Amino acid sequence: MWKWFHMLASPPHFYRIAGLTIPWFGWPALVLILVGLYGGLVLAPADYQQGDGFRIFYVHVPSAIMSMMVYGIMATAAAIGLIWRMKLAHAVAAASAPVGAWFTFCALATGSLWGKPMWGTWWEWDARLTSELILLFLYLGYIALRSSIEDPQRADRASAVLALVGVINLPIIHYSVVWWNSLHQGSTMFNPGAMSIEMKWPALSMLFGFMLYYGAVLFVRLRAEVIRRERNAAWLRQELAL
Amino acid sequence: MQTTGLLKAGGLLYSRDLRLAFRRWEQVTQPVVFFLMVTTLFPLALSPEQAQLRQVAAGVVWVAALLSALLALEFMFRSDYEDGTLEQLVLSGQPLWWLALVKAFAHWTVSGLPLVVTSPLVAASLAVPTGAMMTVVASLLLGTGILSFLGAVGAGLTLGVRRGSVLLSLLVLPLTMPALIFGARAVDMAIMGDEPAGPLYLLGALFILSLTLGPFATSAALKVSME
Repeated sequence: MWKWFHMLASPPHFYRIAGLTIPWFGWPALVLILVGLYGGLVLAPADYQQGDGFRIFYVHVPSAIMSMMVYGIMATAAAIGLIWRMKLAHAVAAASAPVGAWFTFCALATGSLWGKPMWGTWWEWDARLTSELILLFLYLGYIALRSSIEDPQRADRASAVLALVGVINLPIIHYSVVWWNSLHQGSTMFNPGAMSIEMKWPALSMLFGFMLYYGAVLFVRLRAEVIRRERNAAWLRQELAL
Repeated sequence: MQTTGLLKAGGLLYSRDLRLAFRRWEQVTQPVVFFLMVTTLFPLALSPEQAQLRQVAAGVVWVAALLSALLALEFMFRSDYEDGTLEQLVLSGQPLWWLALVKAFAHWTVSGLPLVVTSPLVAASLAVPTGAMMTVVASLLLGTGILSFLGAVGAGLTLGVRRGSVLLSLLVLPLTMPALIFGARAVDMAIMGDEPAGPLYLLGALFILSLTLGPFATSAALKVSME
């Protein structure tokens, strides 16, 4: 197990394994997202209250879940990098941040589009919207801190500390629904019986599609990061000459 | 080798920081002056009408206090970093989290506490009723403390970084937003004549959280910046 772990952490092995893994993430992601979109936009019955307007749910909710999940992964990778001084873990955290920021942005944008016909307003200062916005700021702060420190090792460690401090924001986001009363409807995704199965499976398909998409993008970015950090290594020259 | 006790070392560092701060008096007074000036802008921009001012008072006091405290945050470690004192503190053999806590507390004494003391004045100018003054003071006491202990992490991370002050606000402001929400809510409830205990307790919980976890994150941040 440890041997495998160390092999994975060595840049040449990781570079090759990541290259092999990308299609296994990318293609299923595409299929799941297409199936989920078809299921959500065509097959699922219209909502009895919101009509067809609710269908943006199939992008909004998976994005929102991903925005928090990616932050969790980022903070975990940052902690692993800080504790065991693993460069690869820091690279995972660094590669996750822009993806997570985009998921957060998508969740906010689709939420805003959804809010206009349903609540009659583009933006409502309620708890979940606000904490999602704070999450976006946290991502942006992380990216800004990382890009303003030139020494890569220092950037790794400083941004890791920031990610760990920011992770206290995740439970606040989660429990904000309980703390404040708001316009935002409660979570229906994991509440059995709140949604019929025809409505639910496209959302799950989209969610898994988004997860696999994140995996594929993560590996592409990690490969780019490995190339950047190892640009003078002999193995890379051989690898790319092939 | 640790020959000086924790309390002794903490006391020495605290009195040193205070002495240094009072010799650069403008560093202590500037955030307060900024606080007073920013709150003066609101009646000019909105309306001098008492009822209208009272409605926005809670938010204005809190945002102005947050920005003023943020202004001072940059100097928490900067001069010590530049003259090498910070390096000596890291090498001193004392636990760095303890020194970080003491420094954050000293910084709060010279930058947070003056804001708390002047806040009734500012609140009165915004037509906050006398009954709500205790809540203003209590919420800012906790809030400026949260900002000092949380902000210490950001100040440690941005040491020696280009355009550090803008970056610092980018890092610290999102983390302090929950405190702002509860603090302003508490003041608002007190102005309306409600019992503000609920949000104040939550603010207290956030204070305990930043007091207990902040110094450890700060010491990690300082170690990263000193490498």
